[in-house]
Amino acid sequence: MNLHEYQAKELLKKYNVPVQEGIAVDTVMAAEEAYRNIKNQTNNSFAVVKAQIHAGGRGKGKIQGSEQRGVAVAKSIEDISTISKNILGHTLVTIQTGAAGKKVNKVLIAQDVYYPGPNPVKEFYLSILLDRAKGQNVIMYSTEGGMNIEDVAHDTPEKIYKEWVHPAGGLQGFQARKIAFNLGLSGEAFKNCVKFVTNLYNAYVGLDCSMLEINPLFKTSDEKIIAVDCKMNLDENALMRHPDLAALRDVTEEDPTEVEAGQYNLNFVKLDGNVGCMVNGAGLAMATMDMIKLSGGEPANFLDVGGTANAQTVEAGFRIILKDPNVKAILINIFGGIVRCDRVAAGVIEAYKKLGNIHIPIIVRLQGTNAAEAKKLIDESGLTVESAILLSEAADLVKKAVA
Amino acid sequence: MSVLVNKNSKIIVQGFTGTEGTFHATQMIEYGTNVVGGVTPNKGGTTHLNKPVFNTVADAVKATQADVSIIFVPPAFAADAIMEAADAGIGLVVCITEGIPVQDMIKVKNYLQGRNTRLIGPNCPGIITAEEAKVGIMPGFIFKKGRIGIVSKSGTLTYEAADQVVKAGLGISTAIGIGGDPIIGTTTKEAVELFMNDDETDGIIMIGEIGGSMEADAAKWIKDNYRKPVVGFIAGQTAPAGRRMGHAGAIIGGADDTAAAKMKIMAECGINVVASPADIGKTMASVLKK
Repeated sequence: MNLHEYQAKELLKKYNVPVQEGIAVDTVMAAEEAYRNIKNQTNNSFAVVKAQIHAGGRGKGKIQGSEQRGVAVAKSIEDISTISKNILGHTLVTIQTGAAGKKVNKVLIAQDVYYPGPNPVKEFYLSILLDRAKGQNVIMYSTEGGMNIEDVAHDTPEKIYKEWVHPAGGLQGFQARKIAFNLGLSGEAFKNCVKFVTNLYNAYVGLDCSMLEINPLFKTSDEKIIAVDCKMNLDENALMRHPDLAALRDVTEEDPTEVEAGQYNLNFVKLDGNVGCMVNGAGLAMATMDMIKLSGGEPANFLDVGGTANAQTVEAGFRIILKDPNVKAILINIFGGIVRCDRVAAGVIEAYKKLGNIHIPIIVRLQGTNAAEAKKLIDESGLTVESAILLSEAADLVKKAVA
Repeated sequence: MSVLVNKNSKIIVQGFTGTEGTFHATQMIEYGTNVVGGVTPNKGGTTHLNKPVFNTVADAVKATQADVSIIFVPPAFAADAIMEAADAGIGLVVCITEGIPVQDMIKVKNYLQGRNTRLIGPNCPGIITAEEAKVGIMPGFIFKKGRIGIVSKSGTLTYEAADQVVKAGLGISTAIGIGGDPIIGTTTKEAVELFMNDDETDGIIMIGEIGGSMEADAAKWIKDNYRKPVVGFIAGQTAPAGRRMGHAGAIIGGADDTAAAKMKIMAECGINVVASPADIGKTMASVLKK
């Protein structure tokens, strides 16, 4: 589950991780109020307005139909009003949102971290994630902050360091010191960085994150180490033990059909093809999408109906797939093991009749327990539904439907 | 010799008296699997499905000499159940549970290091040695006895492959569902290795999916240790990057863990890669004839 920058920063503060201070708001008036507060605290008339959406590239991204960037510096309360007005309620298009962009409901009014001081500022990169192959968390960091880390990894791989954390002992002091030394820090900044990394790792584990990225990790002119941006991803399997974190979910950031599917316990991912599919099991669902493509179509979705493919789940699946006007055919692919195919067939017929008026071809492939009985039920139902038992037969029917 | 489980395996069920445990233990017993008992804390001393129930895995091992455990414990307690089984000296632990937090699995993986316990799963359909033992939730009747081994990250896709193998006139020695989570006990490579060393297996079907590097690791091992034909399929050729496709581990993280990248490495390592899931069975039949 993704969090917004402002939510992630609030959580980090609870773990004593210093962050760029800010206040999240959803109106221009509240933005002005937030600016006055921050100006009072920092004695600095500069502040930053940051659009809050679940996508990166906000600084370079633009609000649809204008030149307004998703992150902008304000020098006065007038700037704050103008920029907030330009962003709030509008759609931000970044390299990660696709052309459709994402509507901005909140902006973060944040302190200017480039305030003057005795020393130069510096930007670094630091993230914590799972190394699947090792089965350990790894801290990845670089002196090249504020940039796209994939580019750094590609162009100058020697500038990326990795520190693996042993699950039994956790992050050790020498590891945190190594990171601070490798970032070229000394004195107060060194001490602050060791504390930062130690507390950040505690936050990663304590919050059950699956990814935590600080880019840039920032050294201020007075030697503080702070998180200026934060991308936090939580392990959904662990939300059962963090009800407070589960409540931070922002469904407006998600595809509405995916949210609706979730309410029926259906695992659905919207894609932009022309053949919908409904399958039991995630692996078979992906394989079915692949087969649609090989048959000349493009998959319109991923949909795993899980272990119990009954009339209710099939009906919900139909409704969700049919919301997409691009869908020209639907393939139902169920391998009946414990769940009997004739039961599934009865469910398909019931759902089909209940919905009525399905004007696109439906292909039902049922294999496994009682497959022959299921095919007979479908064939004798009088519905305009094509049936198959073998996967190759289903592929041929898809080919015919999209031809 | 068979892979991992056979008719002599002594199996206990953790989470025995729960809904899932009861349903699948019943199916396992009907298949002829040698289930010797189960574990549910605070229900020790009772019987369930005519088998003894124990409070702890250690008690169960002491009384039954069980060497295999299958886990149907809810996600919040599953990591603990795996470690309990390992501590009691169980040699093979099959964890069916889906939804275990990653941090828990990091702990489990570390706990198992240096112990003589092999973990299969979690988030998997289990293992079946055809007509001998079903330690899992798969429909047993599909797996007709034969000499093809299957290793797969997915449940229903395993059944699909087994069904095609049988329809192609072959049969299954053992099928291992290794699970679809980011951290699992037994890797694709380790499962392939078991089949390469099994004298009752003539060919191997390796089914993977997007995410991680397990299939590439297995492919490189196969290249250096080739003794039997391998047919491979990777699900998720049409999956978008960065989206989780049902399984917690099925997510494209970079250029190396796409289906195309995995299929390329597998083909380069001598695996017969099929693009369509409909071609798994017939391809195995044809490569065995060569």
